[in-house]
Amino acid sequence: MARISRDEVARIAALARITLREEELGDLAGQIDVILDAVAVVQEAAGADVPAMSHPLEITNVTRPDVIVPSLTPDEALSGAPASEESRFRVPQILGEEA
Amino acid sequence: MSDLIKKSASELAALIARKEVSSREVTQAHLDQISQTDSLIHAFLHVDSEGALTQAEMADKNQNSTKSPLHGVPLALKDVLAQKGIPTTCGSKILEGWRPPYDATVVTKLKDAGVVILGKTNMDEFAMGSSTENSAYGPTRNPWDTDRIPGGSGGGSAAALAAFQAPLAIGTDTGGSIRQPAAVTGTVGVKPTYGGVSRYGLVAFSSSLDQAGPCARTVLDTALLHQVIAGHDPKDATSINAPVPDVVAAAQRADVKGMKIGVVKELSGEGYEKGVAERFAESLAILESQGAEIIEVSCPNFTFALGAYYLIAPSEASSNLARFDAMRYGLRIGDDGTKSAEEVMSLTRDAGFGDEVKRRIILGTYALSAGYYDAFYGSAQKVRTLITRDFAAAYSKVDVLVSPTTPTVAFKIGEKSNDPVAMYLSDVATIPVNLAGVASMSLPAGLSDGLPVGFQIIAPAMKDDRLYLVGGALERELSAKWNGPLTHQIPDLVLR
Amino acid sequence: MALTYEEVVAKYEPSLGLEVHVELNTQTKMFCGCATEFGAAPNTQTCPVCLGMPGALPVVNEKAIESTIRIGLALNCAITPKSRFARKNYFYPDMPKNFQISQYDEPICTNGYLDVEVETDEGSKTFRIEIERVHMEEDTGKSLHVGGATGRIHGAEYSLLDYNRAGIPLVEIVTKVVSGTGKYAPEVAKAYVKELRDILRSLGVSDVKMEQGSLRCDANVSLAPIGSGKLGTRSETKNVNSLRSVERAVRGEMIRHAGLLDKGERVIQETRHFQEDTGATRSGRSKEQAEDYRYFPEPDLTPVAPDAPWIEQLRSDLPEKPSVRRARLQEQWQVPDKEMAAMVNAGAVDLVEETVALGADPTKARGWWLGEISRLANEAEVELNAAGISPKDVARIVELIGAGELTDKLARQVVASVIAGEGDPDSVIAIKGIKVVSDESSLIAAIEKAIAAQPETAEKVRNGHLPAAGALIGAVMKETKGQADAARVRELLLGLLGQA
Repeated sequence: MARISRDEVARIAALARITLREEELGDLAGQIDVILDAVAVVQEAAGADVPAMSHPLEITNVTRPDVIVPSLTPDEALSGAPASEESRFRVPQILGEEA
Repeated sequence: MSDLIKKSASELAALIARKEVSSREVTQAHLDQISQTDSLIHAFLHVDSEGALTQAEMADKNQNSTKSPLHGVPLALKDVLAQKGIPTTCGSKILEGWRPPYDATVVTKLKDAGVVILGKTNMDEFAMGSSTENSAYGPTRNPWDTDRIPGGSGGGSAAALAAFQAPLAIGTDTGGSIRQPAAVTGTVGVKPTYGGVSRYGLVAFSSSLDQAGPCARTVLDTALLHQVIAGHDPKDATSINAPVPDVVAAAQRADVKGMKIGVVKELSGEGYEKGVAERFAESLAILESQGAEIIEVSCPNFTFALGAYYLIAPSEASSNLARFDAMRYGLRIGDDGTKSAEEVMSLTRDAGFGDEVKRRIILGTYALSAGYYDAFYGSAQKVRTLITRDFAAAYSKVDVLVSPTTPTVAFKIGEKSNDPVAMYLSDVATIPVNLAGVASMSLPAGLSDGLPVGFQIIAPAMKDDRLYLVGGALERELSAKWNGPLTHQIPDLVLR
Repeated sequence: MALTYEEVVAKYEPSLGLEVHVELNTQTKMFCGCATEFGAAPNTQTCPVCLGMPGALPVVNEKAIESTIRIGLALNCAITPKSRFARKNYFYPDMPKNFQISQYDEPICTNGYLDVEVETDEGSKTFRIEIERVHMEEDTGKSLHVGGATGRIHGAEYSLLDYNRAGIPLVEIVTKVVSGTGKYAPEVAKAYVKELRDILRSLGVSDVKMEQGSLRCDANVSLAPIGSGKLGTRSETKNVNSLRSVERAVRGEMIRHAGLLDKGERVIQETRHFQEDTGATRSGRSKEQAEDYRYFPEPDLTPVAPDAPWIEQLRSDLPEKPSVRRARLQEQWQVPDKEMAAMVNAGAVDLVEETVALGADPTKARGWWLGEISRLANEAEVELNAAGISPKDVARIVELIGAGELTDKLARQVVASVIAGEGDPDSVIAIKGIKVVSDESSLIAAIEKAIAAQPETAEKVRNGHLPAAGALIGAVMKETKGQADAARVRELLLGLLGQA
């Protein structure tokens, strides 16, 4: 039984801002399904009382002082920009709106 | 001076320090080896001849400036680390031509130590893979048998060592990407304790698992390099704020008398090739004969490690790779004035990312998405706790754990590339290490059917020196048997 | 026909939710050492970290943590013993990593409250606004939309990005659902934001300038039929850039929702944008499907675990709460409640206090700020503290009046001139030659001249018809170019005409 459908893959790809071509969609759905089967075992592995670990280190409170450090120059900052104008990054028109 | 390339880094450093040879000569010899062999091996994506020779000349001029035991010695750098002004692609089309405006901390430390950076080595795209076949720039070939993979994701660095193109290399390890290539190329590679080496400038794949580490042909060379690159970095909030364990002293002492060595039951048996199991058993016998006690331990939750890894790593990666959106750097496709930013982002990412990367981004996005978090990512993080507990329980009985590094020797190029899950199984023995953040080394245990087998040592967090104690002891016996490092047995490369 | 506000509140009860973002005034950004100065040239305050370059890593600003804790303490929140940062994942060009480092299920401060006072028909009433959480996050870059009809997003041809603002520390303060405000919802919302602003200013953690974006408010509004006990569908209004706009936006949304509900239509859950010019809201992005932000704990940062002694130290060092201060001043100045409320509402308390500190009598200081200066500020549609006159100026004017060098009427001229930017009170007086004519002999001369010119009027006054004196006083004022003290003129005049 497929865990993930083509439509679901298409929806996720949109969330991840990747435009998949038709052929890719089918292949990907199948491959991801196989992987999900393989990793499904994880769900039963740990009981509710086991805490999640998101870090191998137990350290806390690593901070930096509020002291200015030299920035990059605009040229350096823009050095890899596909397009720029007047020291700003130039990007195509943005359709959506900020969250 | 072609025998210069066969020498170890510590030997070269001594020659350079005594002015018997210059860093420039040493560097040139390695650049020559690269020119002669890399059209076949393809370990390098970018060779910085001019830059390297300039660094070498500087090293020759300022002999006493660094007081570093690796002053003037050349090195190959995995292309996932930012080197200022030098192309850094991470094996991907999406970063083709990108030259970072800054150096990774590891790179700064290497430069400060007078190490000469020859160039950037090939890798699976964004460190995702176990064979270097996922590089957007073509695979790297294993110098032992050029029809075979050199391992991954750091196949380029390992191959460069095995092909004598460099005596030192830097790799990165998220699920085995230093250790597995080391195993299949007959070289030494170490994944330090998580946080032991700064990740600032290491292009992130899976932030809570990634670690940069030293690679070389001998245990001592690896220790010397480890000492140079490790240490606290205020620019990396996850780096350990404590002195680096004395790995060089440990490599020199190389004494296992009285040590308890645990063999992990779950990392053996079915799936492990006969030759691999035999070399492993022989290595255990050597360590025992040197005064170590071999004890079998069980880490039952290791069976869930692969599943947990393939949920956590893609999840973190899906977020880390979101920044590649054609807006500020890298590839941009489709900006013809008719398309929106969103469309350009999507087209660029589809064209710029390879199949494995897309697969993992989709998997990771799915695992994190609303409704699936608890079942996938959430569960996987719990498994990490279980695995960490397994390690802690084991270390209450033994000083280090050992296993074969990989279940098989190098497979043929193309053999597993259509079967992602089969590919993932290459990492079954290395992955638990990253999930717990402990330290691990792979060093050569011998050959099986003419191909290298790796021996994996796993030490508790912050006890990286134990890797070198055990590794050094094993290497001493084996090198005596082989009359030198295993790599000296590589058949001469056929130049095409 | 649109419903009137009275009709709306007769049928429906509003529920509010307010989200306020505060830009902290730290020297450097939240996760890197770039400067945070406002107005710098584009992309001159950026680095690999805040540009989201491959390999860059965040490290949290210790001052930002301290400021956030102080805000939480001032809002009576509990400080979480161990909180973590989380990634909020979504794509937008002004967000370099395409995720924002924020806090999700482990915010640093929770469960606080803020009491605000609002004038109601039954007098001053206190509303307790409960605070759900206070957490830390980072700001985005700024996009400049080029081309297209209006220069706003729709119809733009391309955009230019400046990342100087990306990574500046933001603190988000979220209220729980605010119910029971009835028809005062708009005033309560405004009072909340104002009080919050005053507290933040007193803490010194931000310059809280709504016009500059260092204090931003999103207002969530929903309506339900009175007594239904349910919550209606809410809309979120952004781009609310002033206290007045907060009030107008809430009122406007209540009317809009009621209009839909009355017609049997559905309110769509969406984000709307407040239009300053019309006072209405425009539909933005539909929030029908909640955005999937795929939150997970930020692996590049360590948890924040402030130690208890430090928190207590911060708590004991908190400045006097604005409400406590106001009560103290009210007592000192002996001001009745209604008038105090008027002062608070007009934003005059600080100004009056400063004026008094410079030596002016409280009653006189109040009189000027709430009187003439308020009148002129309202005409110009600016806040009192932006009217163009300072407490120092007002104190000086009060001093001059007290010394007899200005009459009230002349003082009003001086105030107007100062506000018009002509200089400080002394300069204005010197330039315009404003002077009270206090020299009695010249006054008497002018009075006698006026009497001589209007003998019949003078006769009326001699006969006890006092109102007629007005015409004579007027003539004297004219003669002295308005610089005589009218009251003194009247005194002298009546004296001369036997009516003293």
